[in-house]
Amino acid sequence: MNVGAYFDRHAQTLVGSLGRIAEAPVAFLMTMTVIGMAIALPLCLYVFLQNARQAMTGWNDAFELSVYLSKSTTPERTDEIAAQVRARADVANVRVILAPQALAEFRRYSGFGDALDALQENPLPNTLVVTPTPAASTAAGTAALRTALRAVPDVDQVQLDTQWVQRLIAIVNLLRRVVWLAAGLLGLGVALIVGNTIRLDIQSRRAEIEVMKLVGASDRFARRPFLYAGLWYGSGGGVLALLLVVIAVAWVSGPVRRLAHLYGSGFSLTGIGFKAGAVVLLASALLGWIGAWIAATQHIRSINPS
Amino acid sequence: MIHFDQVYKRYPNGREALAGVSFRIARGDLTFLTGHSGAGKSSILKLIALIERPTRGRVTVAGRATTTIKPHAIPQFRREIGIVFQDNKLLLDRPVADNVALPLIIAGVPRKEIDKRVRAALDQVGLLGKERNRPAELSAGEQQRVGIARAVVAKPPLLIADEPTGNLDPDLAVEIMRLFRRFNDVGVTVVIATHDVHLVDRFDARRIVLGEGRVAAETPR
Repeated sequence: MNVGAYFDRHAQTLVGSLGRIAEAPVAFLMTMTVIGMAIALPLCLYVFLQNARQAMTGWNDAFELSVYLSKSTTPERTDEIAAQVRARADVANVRVILAPQALAEFRRYSGFGDALDALQENPLPNTLVVTPTPAASTAAGTAALRTALRAVPDVDQVQLDTQWVQRLIAIVNLLRRVVWLAAGLLGLGVALIVGNTIRLDIQSRRAEIEVMKLVGASDRFARRPFLYAGLWYGSGGGVLALLLVVIAVAWVSGPVRRLAHLYGSGFSLTGIGFKAGAVVLLASALLGWIGAWIAATQHIRSINPS
Repeated sequence: MIHFDQVYKRYPNGREALAGVSFRIARGDLTFLTGHSGAGKSSILKLIALIERPTRGRVTVAGRATTTIKPHAIPQFRREIGIVFQDNKLLLDRPVADNVALPLIIAGVPRKEIDKRVRAALDQVGLLGKERNRPAELSAGEQQRVGIARAVVAKPPLLIADEPTGNLDPDLAVEIMRLFRRFNDVGVTVVIATHDVHLVDRFDARRIVLGEGRVAAETPR
């Protein structure tokens, strides 16, 4: 067999399998929709997480430690401590908030102005707001910094305001695993759906396969159109899944932008992206092919003319 | 071309279809396998085409003992044999031309060549011009001729037919038999299983008569 005839034959089978699908478009669309939804589910979760991570990168840099000094600390001593802390290698910036300034801020933002007037003296201490360097902005880094700051004389209390951000990051990292798990399970599901569809398809065309085998078709030859059908199912499902994700992103991006705006952030939702989209298409086509391969190899072998 | 040597065939249900069959068919022969139904005609054809394997004994086709042919080699082996069935086994959802082209597509013949050979085969069976018809649009005799065209399109050296005239009226049956004769005239070895003794009488050809799983008579020897 020459090479031209080989490719000719494959192209014919590829298009031929599409023709068969066109003969039963409803059944094909239904199978494709199921596959598409199975792929879209982990994909939506993936897009959500990607966006969450992106939104949180800003927060990660904004780790700050509030260092409250003891009440008796003088402004001069406060500046001295600030200079000492600023000299540390893991500290990027130190901002000094003296007690009167803190009280003024509190009065402005808290709405407890009248209550504060009733107090005879300023209850707030002098405070340093310490920003660690990006390299030290990790759970371990900030914990070490916190311990070191606590040991400084006249330091009353050190508070890490952004511990919840770290917890959130941990949750997001956990969810990433969940996405992979869901993708793995649903991918297996896609292969099984395609495999089962192909199995039924083979059963309904049993007579035809028998005839082909009688006139000298090998199992591989008889299998080929079913493999291409699997490829169509898989890639069709992939396209549908991408479409679903695009629609979902478009649908929620408006409210997300408004929400971000209310929080004073310019954050907006990002879609799946070209590269990830291509990977999804390729993976779904491959899954369809694999599902079809397993089913077709098994069932076509068992069909023999009698 | 074909040699059966003490061949036994017992089916899983316990029926013994062949009980020690021996015969030879030479290259270029036209041979009728006759006998009433259940005598073992179909079993012999199935053993030749490797649809079944003998329980005991030795079947040689074109110089090869079929027991030595492994399952993966069967497709290649079958491409050397044209098979015609009583129920013609056409693909009803494909046009005539596709049905006839099937063995060539399987063998990987280039497309241009396929069209040419399909037309030639249809011409030989007198169906030129029916390429685009569906089998259901044809008469029973025409359908059987499509089946024959499919069997001969790849020019196999051996043509076997199982009751090819079983569903046809006598005039059409004779016509089909003449068709086989013509292929035989150009050198194809032809084996036809049929229970229709009157039809066979009209042809001067070798006959192997089967009865109860054995060769009951052979003319001429």
